Amino acid sequence: MGATIIQKIIKNNTGVDAKAGDIVTVNVDRVMIHDIFIPFVASKFEEMGFTKIWDPDKAVLIYDHLVPASQVDDTRHFRIGNEFVEKYGMKNIHRADGICHQLMTEAGYVKPGDVVFGTDSHTTTYGCVGAFSSGIGYTEMASILGTGTLWIKVPETIKVNITGRLPNNVMAKDIILRLIGDLGADGATYKALEFTGDTVANMTVASRMSMSNMAVEAGAKCALFSPDEKTAEYCNIKLTDKERALVGDSDAQYCQVINYRAEDFVPVMACPSNVDNVKSVSELAGKEIDQVFIGSCTNGRLEDLMAAAEILKGKHVASFVKLIVTPASRTIYRQAVENGTMAILAEAGAIITHPSCGLCCGRTGGILTDGETVVATNNRNFLGRMGTAKVQIYLASPKSAAAAAITGKITVPSV
Amino acid sequence: MDKFTGKIWVLGDDIDTDIIIPTEYLALKTVQDMAPYAFSPLRPELAAKIKEGDIIVAGKNFGCGSSREQAPEIIKALGIKCVIAKSFARIFFRNSINNGLLLIENSDLRDNVSEGDEITVTINEAIEHKGRKYPIASLPQNLVDIINAGGLVKAMRKLNGLG
Repeated sequence: MGATIIQKIIKNNTGVDAKAGDIVTVNVDRVMIHDIFIPFVASKFEEMGFTKIWDPDKAVLIYDHLVPASQVDDTRHFRIGNEFVEKYGMKNIHRADGICHQLMTEAGYVKPGDVVFGTDSHTTTYGCVGAFSSGIGYTEMASILGTGTLWIKVPETIKVNITGRLPNNVMAKDIILRLIGDLGADGATYKALEFTGDTVANMTVASRMSMSNMAVEAGAKCALFSPDEKTAEYCNIKLTDKERALVGDSDAQYCQVINYRAEDFVPVMACPSNVDNVKSVSELAGKEIDQVFIGSCTNGRLEDLMAAAEILKGKHVASFVKLIVTPASRTIYRQAVENGTMAILAEAGAIITHPSCGLCCGRTGGILTDGETVVATNNRNFLGRMGTAKVQIYLASPKSAAAAAITGKITVPSV
Repeated sequence: MDKFTGKIWVLGDDIDTDIIIPTEYLALKTVQDMAPYAFSPLRPELAAKIKEGDIIVAGKNFGCGSSREQAPEIIKALGIKCVIAKSFARIFFRNSINNGLLLIENSDLRDNVSEGDEITVTINEAIEHKGRKYPIASLPQNLVDIINAGGLVKAMRKLNGLG
């Protein structure tokens, strides 16, 4: 019997021919810790009695949720993080370079076939380059820092096959929202997703990243794309035979296979206040809004900002709408300045903020209040996520978000 | 704690970690500081009413959302003895085991109870409510080992010879 991508990664990592449901101990290739959890990781690590990190170069610490600090107490996280890095000889620290998931791939910390864990649920993102990556809590992170290993249950795999050409006003975000709507918020719990088909093969790594990022919203443990030439270029590597072989075999066992025709996709939004409450934008059109947010680890990349700029060029946001744009990293910010995207967005009336998690986690940069409605490109619309519990959050693609910013109403994007 | 009885609080499907503890309180110093805000977006009064030994009974996908480990820690700090749900999200499940918060999966109980009812749980056997028994599954051995050690921190202390 053939193997799924996740089975192949686990076999390469452990030497074990594991099947779904088996419990195995994996050797961790990289870990990511972010600012919110570093105080807890540090105290648990020492409470466990560890005196050194198993391999300090494999650990990455990123400040993003609290950057720049919006409350005085936030600075405590930076102080503890800086002390931890110093004490245990870590070199990989980013204090204001952007959002953790963007940096992990952008700065080359993750390669195809790697096994990576992070203290953030959206760690599933690195499946965009064919890595097995998943979110864990701070206690498990502390134990990995000490041992370099973690137990996992080998997941079953749902294969998602997409073929054909997407309509111009549809983005990868619309695909993943539709899939979450079809699967339900727990439809992939404990499972791996595997994306295949020519639509996926033609996608940029940035678009694949939007999809692997949100897989956790269907409960998935990881979301995998086979490494290809685009992956090699993005990671600045030459693919090895082992990496090229990270393809699901035709006789592998899948617990579910879902087929989509790309031409059938339409712009969609996840409506308040569950990510699987997905409706077409045309069905929602006309709903008045107060704010638009374009950013986050889901949709704060250069192609996202450029897609929004294409719609906003020469136009202006509605007078009562605040459009907040947050690039996912410092590199993306610079690229968007250099290619003129930022100028278009600024002229259209956007409020451009520093690269960080920002409004997505409801801590800074545009908190909303009772009765307000926001169209946002991030990944969660839970109650109270971006302000009070009576804020309505609609999750959308950058194109749908830009279209809404101009009219002040939910609007079907026309490009 | 092989067998215990407690009063139940009943919640719905998809109780996410932003409901269990909103991000704005995550930078407070201790889980005790955060505990009064537990479940506040959904039921602001709930945290103050929960008493030591109470049990939460919920629908499917309990604990979905972020990896914040404060979620199970806060539920434990409120005195909740265990959470019984139709299903749990995976990160929340791991975090709970690692912190010694007992989770029980049962698909039938939620739709047959009312808030304030009493139930009796016998570990690895059954839940009893008004004379009806709901069977429950045993946990895999590696998880039992972590729980028996008193959580992952204690298991690691043992590994490091600090028993």
